[in-house]
Amino acid sequence: MSDHLTKGGRVRAAGAGQGPDRAASNGHAVEVRDLTRAFGSFVAVDHVSFSVPKGEIFGFLGANGAGKTTTIRMLCGLLLPTSGTGSVGGYDIVRDSERIKMSIGYMSQRFSLYEDLTVRENLQFFGGIYGLARRAIAARTGELLASVGLAETADKLVGSLPVGFKQRTALSAALLHDPEIVFLDEPTSGVDPVARRSFWLLIYELADRGKTVFVTTHYMDESEYCSRVAIMRLGRIAELENPHRLKERYHASTMQEVFMRVESENGQ
Amino acid sequence: MNRILFSIVRKEFTHIFRDIQSLYLVLGMPLLMLFLYGYAITLDMRQIDTAVIDESHTPESRELISHLSSTDFFRITARDVPLSDIGDLFKERAARCVLIIPPSFARDLAATGDAQVSLIVDASDPNAANFIRNYVGQVVANENQALNPERSALFTVSPRIFYNPDMRSANFFVPGLIALILILITSLLTSIAIVREKETGTMEQILVSPIRPAQIIVGKVLPYTLIGFIDGVMILVVGSLWFKVPIAGSLALALGMMLVYVITGISLGILISTIAKTQAVAMLVAVTLTVLPSTTMSGFIFPISSMPVFLRWISDIIPATYFLEIIRGIVLKGNTLADLYRQALILLGMDILLIAVSVRAFRVRLG
Repeated sequence: MSDHLTKGGRVRAAGAGQGPDRAASNGHAVEVRDLTRAFGSFVAVDHVSFSVPKGEIFGFLGANGAGKTTTIRMLCGLLLPTSGTGSVGGYDIVRDSERIKMSIGYMSQRFSLYEDLTVRENLQFFGGIYGLARRAIAARTGELLASVGLAETADKLVGSLPVGFKQRTALSAALLHDPEIVFLDEPTSGVDPVARRSFWLLIYELADRGKTVFVTTHYMDESEYCSRVAIMRLGRIAELENPHRLKERYHASTMQEVFMRVESENGQ
Repeated sequence: MNRILFSIVRKEFTHIFRDIQSLYLVLGMPLLMLFLYGYAITLDMRQIDTAVIDESHTPESRELISHLSSTDFFRITARDVPLSDIGDLFKERAARCVLIIPPSFARDLAATGDAQVSLIVDASDPNAANFIRNYVGQVVANENQALNPERSALFTVSPRIFYNPDMRSANFFVPGLIALILILITSLLTSIAIVREKETGTMEQILVSPIRPAQIIVGKVLPYTLIGFIDGVMILVVGSLWFKVPIAGSLALALGMMLVYVITGISLGILISTIAKTQAVAMLVAVTLTVLPSTTMSGFIFPISSMPVFLRWISDIIPATYFLEIIRGIVLKGNTLADLYRQALILLGMDILLIAVSVRAFRVRLG
């Protein structure tokens, strides 16, 4: 799968050559310090600290229940942290969560679309609640659907589409207002390998246009395409590194191996 | 602001018109309820099965019987059965009352001008028993009047019946149904529309946008207000054309008050949606909070004045109680706003309170 992606030089963003110019000059898209969230006595996210430079594809890895979704939800203003601080696009996630919302796009795990509306109607609605003008929405819809290969399905009901199409519709909905930072929560779960590959091509295009992409996944092969990955385990970050360097350090040939070692080492 | 509102309103209408289930809820259920209540549920009694035991066998006794059977109220189902069979007649539901005219009836009447007949009533349904007693009493009183006009009574009561002179149940129930149906439909539709978005996860997608809670709520309220209003008009039109319920008062006032009441139901629905996590729960809570109290404790069927004190307290906080007074007042009595301002103000106050509470309770976060 990664072979296909390396063709055409797209690996630039994924490899060690991640543009430091973009990252250094403009500060960080996401910055988090000791972020913690507890649900009752269960600590879902436990004193997590990291920062994501602008333009990076930041992978968030971990088993189910490791705390990936909870972290994303705190960054998007959907959940309040129990303690710790964080900022997205320079805005504080607690005090300024409403201002963050205009500059982020969010695609939740469940492809949260209206199944009884068509692709176009869904985009019209989500564009509308961001306050975009009708014309702007129409133009942007055409553009986005063409770029994700959905131009012909625009007037089909979302409920009738295969999962891969729904996922691309959801991505389009998250991108309508042209956000600087995009949070994708397991965008490829339940999709076949071909659809996964083409979805990652879309992610690269976003990064090429200077967007910061924050993506969670439990497919280890996908983590190879990230600029850096954070491996989460039981609410904590166990590793945070470029995937190539991680593989070197663990003497592993794939991220899958790296992940298994991290899991077993931390499990002791 | 307008764009954002418009987006939500348009989306809600699309949902409603595409979903056969919600279309049924909006159009089918109110009509179904109207026809069920309009026809099946009636407090009027007609054709009461009656047994007559005429032991007198005189022209006088036959005349009394023919008067009884010539009214629409009684239907003679048995004649001159043995007294010992009365219990069986009741048990087999062959008769609900038995009129016994004793052998001395005509004789006493001629001799003293004073005769007795007896009436045995099956009071397993006390309400019906009461009706029967009154109806028989009326027939007998008329008979007395005819036989002996100068002697009949020292004074008589000559009732004049206002507002519903034919005493038709439909006139009472159809306006009442508006109170019941509107609060049910609006609270149900609104709470389900919001909880469904929580269930499918689309609410999460809405909440990451910069939209404000008030915009979400107003955007949901507007379409359902219109729908509730259309339902109210529909019942009023069908009630007046089909069930011949006359509208005595101002139609504009009736429509205006309906709007106030629809908003009560919708804000109740929003409040329910802030608590309920699934559509099933929302439906259960909406039905429990509206249908149950609105049918039993609002004066829809049973008069509030005869309820125990603690139930009267409950009826004081049920919106339907006030809307019933308003809509029956307008439709039946031709009340104006001057007569109804107290009830109208209470409803308006409930609207404001419910909306304020639900806007506060509506959370922009998930946990």
